[in-house]
Amino acid sequence: MITIDAVGMHYRELNVLIKEGIKRGIKKFFLENVNGQYYIGDGIKGDDVVITINGVPGNDLGAFMDGPTLIVNNNVQDNIGNTMNAGKILVKGDAGDVVGYGMRGGRIYILGDAGYRIGIHMKGYDEQFPVIIIGGKVGSFFAEYMAGGIIVLLGLNDNNSDEFYGEYFATGMHGGTIYLRKKIDFSKYSKEVELYEADEDDMIFLKKYLIEYSDSFNIPRGQIMGKPFYKIVPSSARPYAHLYTSA
Amino acid sequence: MTKSSFSNIQSEYLALVDHNKCVRCKRCIQNCGWGVYSFGGDRIISDHNKCVACGRCYTYCPEGAISIVKNPTVVRENANWKDGLMKDIWRQSETGGILISGMGTTFKYKKYFDHVLLDACQVTNPSIDPLREPMELRTYLGKKPSKLDIEFDKNDEPILKTKMPPQIELQTPFVFGAMSYGSISLNAQKAMALAARALGIIMNTGEGGLHDDLVPFGKNIIVQVASGRFGVHRDYLNSGIAVEIKIGQGAKPGIGGHLPGEKIGVDISKTRMIPVGTDAISPAPHHDIYSIEDLRQLIFAIKEATDYEKPISVKVAAVHNIAAIVSGIVRAGADIVYIDGYSGGTGAAPNIIKNHVGIPIELALAQVDERLRNEGIRNEASIIAAGSIRSSADAIKAIALGADAVAIGTAALVVMGCHVCGKCNTGNCSWGITTQRPELVRRLDPEVYGEKLYNLISAWSHEIQEVLGAMGVNSIESLRGSRERLRGVELTDTELKVLGIKHAGF
Repeated sequence: MITIDAVGMHYRELNVLIKEGIKRGIKKFFLENVNGQYYIGDGIKGDDVVITINGVPGNDLGAFMDGPTLIVNNNVQDNIGNTMNAGKILVKGDAGDVVGYGMRGGRIYILGDAGYRIGIHMKGYDEQFPVIIIGGKVGSFFAEYMAGGIIVLLGLNDNNSDEFYGEYFATGMHGGTIYLRKKIDFSKYSKEVELYEADEDDMIFLKKYLIEYSDSFNIPRGQIMGKPFYKIVPSSARPYAHLYTSA
Repeated sequence: MTKSSFSNIQSEYLALVDHNKCVRCKRCIQNCGWGVYSFGGDRIISDHNKCVACGRCYTYCPEGAISIVKNPTVVRENANWKDGLMKDIWRQSETGGILISGMGTTFKYKKYFDHVLLDACQVTNPSIDPLREPMELRTYLGKKPSKLDIEFDKNDEPILKTKMPPQIELQTPFVFGAMSYGSISLNAQKAMALAARALGIIMNTGEGGLHDDLVPFGKNIIVQVASGRFGVHRDYLNSGIAVEIKIGQGAKPGIGGHLPGEKIGVDISKTRMIPVGTDAISPAPHHDIYSIEDLRQLIFAIKEATDYEKPISVKVAAVHNIAAIVSGIVRAGADIVYIDGYSGGTGAAPNIIKNHVGIPIELALAQVDERLRNEGIRNEASIIAAGSIRSSADAIKAIALGADAVAIGTAALVVMGCHVCGKCNTGNCSWGITTQRPELVRRLDPEVYGEKLYNLISAWSHEIQEVLGAMGVNSIESLRGSRERLRGVELTDTELKVLGIKHAGF
């Protein structure tokens, strides 16, 4: 276990300390007074490494990360879990724009809201199966070009409002599944997706992730799972095929 | 002669079989990826409509019985309404689709390389004989320090104190252009990897990830990160000698990648991590890059993930404001900028973009080099010029216009048998290059074509040495950006000004 005081520290210095610590075999890191440092956990490996962050980390948190767990006790900024391959990011606050861009595995759980461009081009294959769960609401361009994995949007924070997503929802989605805890306005769909009520198999499948999510944030399980879920899947694996003619 | 059909679009070529010569070995049926040939019981039958004149059948016909000819049937045309334009209209009126094709533009814009001539020594300064004297082609790609700190030890020997940024060492100033696994076959990539290793140069994965079979070639590979982030993960970034962020491509500036579902089999599905048969879509922008500052953020995200040990290249298409754009890219921290001219190739791009968007590499290159020099940052990044380098002459001229090295894509495919038919998007390539059909891929022997690629680059390198000798310089570095050694012919004052060269005679 190691505690690093990040006051006034450049990200490069901070990341060298983390990488060297991992090399020395340290499994638990506590970063104190983090204040906007970019790239924390960028490209690090190690399935049993846990980094707890106090303060607000800067952009690209956990980019290209491959195994470790990052626990953030505050909000995070943009671009967390960028092209992440494995591991887990827990955010006990809100997230900025671009969460899990091109994500290929691992889990990102956000307690609060998230901004624009969440889960763009998430992908998956076999055991590589990325999962994003967002407790609150999200902005526009959600799940664009989604190609694999799952995103769960809970809309927990305001049970009276259905306004928990923005424009251009799931545009160009061609793989993976989106689960919603509330039904959404059909007119706001992208043309490429279809809505169904989640069936029993879906719920059995979702349960382990939802339990992990609620336990991570000390939310009573019943508060999340008490309502029916809906799922959104692509209507075609080739949403744009009809657009082209071979010259 | 042609079978009439209800489409206005007549076959472009006729696949004619001389039945007196034909021995019915059916090799043409087997070789044609387009399904032109079939056996009619006693003779070979051709479906001319399917022929793209890729040349595979007559190359492998043991009897020389096949001729591919342009369809002599007249489509009435005039200077304004050409055959091709009418065909495009018919095609689009039948399908309502965006016309899409492979390879570079087919339009006849001015090729500036063909209007630039090289200098040579006569009397007043001696030329050098490259057969007898050393002629250095070695090139280093990467950021160069603006000054060197040197200390002297107690024996007065100099010690370099400056830490050199990471460099790629090329034995000759060529690299293979980015062509992804998916757009081309694994065997085509392997041929380039073998040649790159033997030549001491590099190839580029393109945006389709790195197949396991290519991992051992890491020292000769640039791995690419594009907007679809296909195959990108930590180990991938660390498996090559450098990482390239693809922003744009000369054949399709401003739009993303599009690998048609026909080419997404199980193996491609696995490396790209998308469903089988889906279209692999790379969005037009990276959705984490909306500005130069964002680009800087990704450059340093990758530098962090690779411990600052790899040069980072940024690939852009040559467009109108390219000099300012490249200046921004260099200031964002790129170690290499790869500029792709409008006639560069592609696996698939809409014709409307390919034929009408972008600018020639020659003009872009001259302007970029000048801008970076004027701003005092030319040393901050190396420049790779591409799109389309068709010969060693193009390469030499590009270097004299300011490039550190050139990339070849289409030329490398031509080595493998490509006849530039432009149908890469269909996945039926009879030469086994731009296809994923196993029976077609199998016929491309990586070792055979690796050696041919080696031969081509060796030949071009010797040609460059010949020219350098004639110019009286003994290293490629002495030619770089040396526009005084270039003269223009048949160019306007404006064109000469943009290129930064004098007209021949001056």
